[in-house]
Amino acid sequence: MSLASSLPVISSNVPEAARVQTLTLFMGIGAVLLFASVVGWLLRWRLGAGNAVVANLNARINAWWVMVAVIGLALLGGRTGVVVLFGLVSFFALREFLTLTHTRRGDHLALLACFFLFLPLQYLFIWHDWYGMFSIFVPVYAFLLMPFLSCLGSDTTNFLARATQTQWGLMICVYAISHVPALLALQIVGFEDRNLLLIVFLILVVQSSDVLQYVWGKLFGRHKIAPNVSPSKTVEGFIGGIASATALGASLWWITPFSPLAAAGMALLITLTGFVGGLVMSAIKRDRGVKDWGHMIEGHGGMLDRLDSVCFSAPVFFHAVRYFYVS
Amino acid sequence: MLLDRLAGRFLIFLARLLTGAYANWVGSRPEPQQRLYFANHSSHLDFLLLWGLLPPALRYRTRPVAGADYWNATPLRRYLIHRVFRGVLVERGRKDAADNPLAPLQAAIDAGDSLIFFPEGTRSQTDEMLPFKSGLYHLAQANPALALVPVRMENLNRVMPKGELLPVPLVCILTFGAAVALGEGESKSAFLERARQTILDLRA
Repeated sequence: MSLASSLPVISSNVPEAARVQTLTLFMGIGAVLLFASVVGWLLRWRLGAGNAVVANLNARINAWWVMVAVIGLALLGGRTGVVVLFGLVSFFALREFLTLTHTRRGDHLALLACFFLFLPLQYLFIWHDWYGMFSIFVPVYAFLLMPFLSCLGSDTTNFLARATQTQWGLMICVYAISHVPALLALQIVGFEDRNLLLIVFLILVVQSSDVLQYVWGKLFGRHKIAPNVSPSKTVEGFIGGIASATALGASLWWITPFSPLAAAGMALLITLTGFVGGLVMSAIKRDRGVKDWGHMIEGHGGMLDRLDSVCFSAPVFFHAVRYFYVS
Repeated sequence: MLLDRLAGRFLIFLARLLTGAYANWVGSRPEPQQRLYFANHSSHLDFLLLWGLLPPALRYRTRPVAGADYWNATPLRRYLIHRVFRGVLVERGRKDAADNPLAPLQAAIDAGDSLIFFPEGTRSQTDEMLPFKSGLYHLAQANPALALVPVRMENLNRVMPKGELLPVPLVCILTFGAAVALGEGESKSAFLERARQTILDLRA
């Protein structure tokens, strides 16, 4: 704590109340990544540069450094930084999702609207703190307007399937992901100016859960949960990963408005929904016959491969916090 | 010169931001060899992406072949095609029999440049690739040393279909296959069909 509080103020966008805790967290994350990098170097030194598993592990660790740095920079930009970052994340995720759908020429206008109308508007409403609008904009207005735009292409072949797939893309990649920056809009008594930490809690717990499920699965995995959907998910990985990520969440109670027990409950909730997200998004990939959503992040695949769990946990976390902590 | 290169860089940046395009070198590597890249054609972004995904050292020795009627129509297009892309313009719709539309291409090949060529001759209106025109065959016949590298461009027809003004951001994949050579005594139609089929068969 003392080291973090002695550092100079880099950005006035991070409120004083959240500054020391954010810095402490990032130093902790940096230490974990440094440890991972050292292990990665050692493994490469012992097993040789030709080892594909180690090469992939190192690519993943390097990508984590970049992702943590990007999130850190966005936090320095305060509310605007976070909204812009997740707006871009939504853009890249939607691009990956809609690439794999079966739209036709007649959907051109509807697709343009998804990227250049619905997506920016949703984030504008979030930036403006307009809960009454951002919480229904995609499921009501975009939902009703988009199939109309597709109608203008006067092509009815597979119309329902096309409209449905595009709606799905918007809901997952724009609506669901936008609930991460929406956490900034929650007004929690006694937690004023510290909402950035809710974002850090959500992402840290859910992403750690993914990594821990992977590690537990690699070490002890025997029984596959759904071999046809996701061959890498095992019962042992699931139990070990969820349990350890829940413990991690509980240990982070000091950055949240939750008690230690409530922090564990919240962590359990978001790791479970994150698991569900990973499984559902994996089923879509299988259906489309691809292994990864894209190739943006080396070692990880696409943006959606990294964010599938966050997509599902963000709205649930948002509403759980809102229900229990916003009076 | 510098300004033209910067303009090129900027356009490539925009195109890549929109399409997240990436090159998949399956059958050939990006090597400093004189080549003719031939690809399926569905949008105006096609040659920009193909050109932009080549490493810079190769890019500036590689010239896209484009229709003179379209690219000479406005000052902006003229600037882009002549100064930024250094394109080779061909007249579509031959006026008289003596006039060889491939002459400017042959001149560029003789000067040592590589080319980006769309053998369908025009952008396909549907999602199907059109039959190849005979240009590819004549170029292959006249330049046996030229490597003919097939490139499959996926999703560009969805990004910007012919007739649409604005592109939809979808991920595009450019797959580079192994060079195709004209066989001994191979007929024009057989060669063109085989070349077309290599693009259809290219999968990431």
